[in-house]
Amino acid sequence: MNQWKNFTKGFIKENPVFVLVLGMCPTLGVTSSAINGLGMGLATTFVLVMANIVISMVKSFIPEKVRIPSFIVIIAAFVTVVQLMMQAYLPSLYKSLGLFIPLIVVNCIVLGRAEAFASKNNIISSAIDGLSIGLGFSFALVLLGGIREILGSGKIFDITLYSENYVSLIFVLAPGAFIVLGYLIAFINQIRKS
Amino acid sequence: MAQRESTFINMVVTLFVITLIAGGTLGYVYTLTEAPIAIAKEKAQKEAIKTVLPEFDKLSNPFKVAAEEGSDSLEFFLAYKNNELVGTAIKTYTKKGFSGLVSIMAGVDTDGNICGYQVLEHAETPGLGSKMTTWFKSTEKPKQSIIGKSPKTTKFTVSKDGGDIDAITASTISSRAFLDAIVRAYNSYEKNLESNTGNKK
Repeated sequence: MNQWKNFTKGFIKENPVFVLVLGMCPTLGVTSSAINGLGMGLATTFVLVMANIVISMVKSFIPEKVRIPSFIVIIAAFVTVVQLMMQAYLPSLYKSLGLFIPLIVVNCIVLGRAEAFASKNNIISSAIDGLSIGLGFSFALVLLGGIREILGSGKIFDITLYSENYVSLIFVLAPGAFIVLGYLIAFINQIRKS
Repeated sequence: MAQRESTFINMVVTLFVITLIAGGTLGYVYTLTEAPIAIAKEKAQKEAIKTVLPEFDKLSNPFKVAAEEGSDSLEFFLAYKNNELVGTAIKTYTKKGFSGLVSIMAGVDTDGNICGYQVLEHAETPGLGSKMTTWFKSTEKPKQSIIGKSPKTTKFTVSKDGGDIDAITASTISSRAFLDAIVRAYNSYEKNLESNTGNKK
């Protein structure tokens, strides 16, 4: 398989948020600001790459009937490693994302890639697939978080753009997440078609 | 390599090995990060105490004081400069927040006025309730600030409830919760004032 194609597919063509529409819970939950989106995206990317590598390494040892529990254990172990590491070395990021980190375990993107890709392909392809999908996920979260932050609190990456008196609060609340996501999906679909 | 067959023994062995390796890895990472996590937590707490109190050079060991109401206790830290008490930092909390627990470090100076606060933990709505981290120490709008005021002379409830503090726009519940935590800290402080100042000089 063409590795470059494999790498670029995650951004637009198979973007996990805009096209596959997977992992909506963290997508809508953490994207109240761009930096939160970035942190969540990169944490998920790490888990995706590591889980994909390990799963493609051990795929032939795992009997088919117990593959799902095996994958989940591997993924959960990596998530806990990320959580402990972040708590130890990036406490401020952990403070804002802490609640969502354990949710990576049940993020269907990770299990989805393990099942659909890593369990059928070799290690290198799987690692690139994890990186691609993870970065695509990060890209989507930063885009969504950035738009919501600009419209909802007048800032981007905590830099104030305009006065808080003119913001529309709905964009940092849950309904705003759905509205922005809806328009983004429509927009990305338009790009993909043309 | 062919897929291993899904016989009973294969499945049991596979799952056992995978969980064993995962468990071992987690145990190792836990011991590796245990110390840094404790240090980071302590550092965050020290930083918070520094921002809420006037300058000090010695801090007493924390001691726990049963809260006036509620089951959890509050933590008191006494700060000294040249062996003289300059203020008390109180780690207080409220469960009345819009989304769960809010934990605040509050500073009380020797005159019994609130001299600073820092929100340690909260899960309030970003852009609304989360403004509590700065709202109540605004220097431009004295009506919403609690700095330099004492619950003894000022009514520490939001103006909507007949108090003297302006609530965060569109976040009355978070504001009420915030003031609840501060008043809780202050009440315990008042009650323990005697033992505080007499304690460990």
